[in-house]
Amino acid sequence: MAFIEAVMQYGFLQKALLTSIMVGIICGVVGCFIILRGMALMGDAISHAVLPGVAISYMFGINFFFGAVFSGVLTAIAIGFVTQNSRIKHDTSIGIMFTAAFAGGIIIITMLKSSTDLYHILFGNVLAVRASDMWITLGIGIVILAAVYLFYKELLVTSFDETMGAAYGLPVRLIHYFLMTLLTMGTVASLQTVGIVLVVAMLITPAAAAYLLTDRLWVMIFLASAIGVLSSVIGLYFSFTYNLASGATIVMAATAIFVLVFLFSPKHGWLWKMLKVRKKKASLV
Amino acid sequence: MANAALSIKNLHVSYYGNEAVKEVSLTVHPGNLVGIIGPNGAGKSTFLKAMLNLIPRDKGEIKLLGKTVKEVRKKIAYVPQRNDIDWDFPITVLDAVLIGTYPNLKLFKRPNKKDKEWAMECLRRVGMEDFSKRQIGELSGGQQQRVFLARALAQKAELFFLDEPFVGVDVSSEETIVRILKELCWQGKTVIVVHHDLSKANDYFNQLILLNKELIGFGSVQEVFQTEIIEKAYQGQFAFMKEIGV
Repeated sequence: MAFIEAVMQYGFLQKALLTSIMVGIICGVVGCFIILRGMALMGDAISHAVLPGVAISYMFGINFFFGAVFSGVLTAIAIGFVTQNSRIKHDTSIGIMFTAAFAGGIIIITMLKSSTDLYHILFGNVLAVRASDMWITLGIGIVILAAVYLFYKELLVTSFDETMGAAYGLPVRLIHYFLMTLLTMGTVASLQTVGIVLVVAMLITPAAAAYLLTDRLWVMIFLASAIGVLSSVIGLYFSFTYNLASGATIVMAATAIFVLVFLFSPKHGWLWKMLKVRKKKASLV
Repeated sequence: MANAALSIKNLHVSYYGNEAVKEVSLTVHPGNLVGIIGPNGAGKSTFLKAMLNLIPRDKGEIKLLGKTVKEVRKKIAYVPQRNDIDWDFPITVLDAVLIGTYPNLKLFKRPNKKDKEWAMECLRRVGMEDFSKRQIGELSGGQQQRVFLARALAQKAELFFLDEPFVGVDVSSEETIVRILKELCWQGKTVIVVHHDLSKANDYFNQLILLNKELIGFGSVQEVFQTEIIEKAYQGQFAFMKEIGV
């Protein structure tokens, strides 16, 4: 109750709440495509890879959005280039490139001598969200939702059966990088709420829980967003009430939801599968 | 004279400099059901993908229906190998078939009621209409293959390319698939099938492409299905079979 009163009372908390809700939606939507394409590791990589872009943006005093998208997409291209032009496997290539980008980012930020900023970028500080950040998040959210709505067909085909998409003439590589751009934008939107290190959890945990609840993609997208929002709100409550890092509490909330779904999901849950096995065994006695 | 359905001139494909397909030239006319056969590692799937411009080629010219691949993409239906598909994907049988209508839909357009009815009709043709609401992973191998054939039918294509459609498929599904492929050919469509197994090749197809990196034989089944020609393609593997006394 005190939390609700506080939300009514404090503008900073309202901004924090609205921003986290938007981040929950954005990450839920993008995350569905990330996990269905088997790119969870790629999500982790790109989220870390925005760090040098953010650092350089600070250095030049421009909005960190542009720098982040630039370094995120550049890293995605570098990963693709190494995979396609050598015997190095995809996950190895991801590991090389994102750690390099991340390390570069740490060096730049350290040279700027602003370790508090680094801490906030890495772990998020949702209570310090400014109005301008909230508007950026809203803008990113609108762009991402519109893109997914408009290109739903293309995203579905290339996630499900990329070769068929290529066979009928879809630019599959372009679509891949388009999704990487959406992923980077989603990461930027999440910077202040959960921070770079934990963004990947917001992308994959709600989407994974939704994946265990339905057999239809569009339902999965809605469920993932709903779970993302729920995690954000619960996480923010604990962050505010017990003075904990918001990124950590939001991710723990998402994980708790995932565990519940994993155990009790009606069709794909562990408990249901166990019961089915037991019933089957009993019927054979 | 009508255009050839498929004409390939001097096709070369390689992986990192290793030749996978070498100097293949051939012409297939519309209305044929063509099997691509050859031993493991003969480059059958590579050849199929090269024909569709899905992988780069080193050299050679490919014409489909007298045009370049790019110009006729929407008249091509491709059915991938079953193990290329993620069967846990959250999609129902009907929605998977509905994807077959996507190539003919404009950007930003969604399939409408008519498209859905057409997808259902295609499912009926392969005998899978009762499964339309199931998730695709809940089907048997043969049923999955029939669903993907329905998707190809939904594309209203002129050329059909299938990669190993009979692997892990039950007898009745196999019969359904062969019957539908033959019907397509009677309607003047062209069907190209990568096929692993020699045993039924002469029942299924009316033309064969026998491949072992290079073109060993091409022509009607009667012409190609000769012991000497087959042995030439399967050389190593036949010697091995003799050794173990098959």
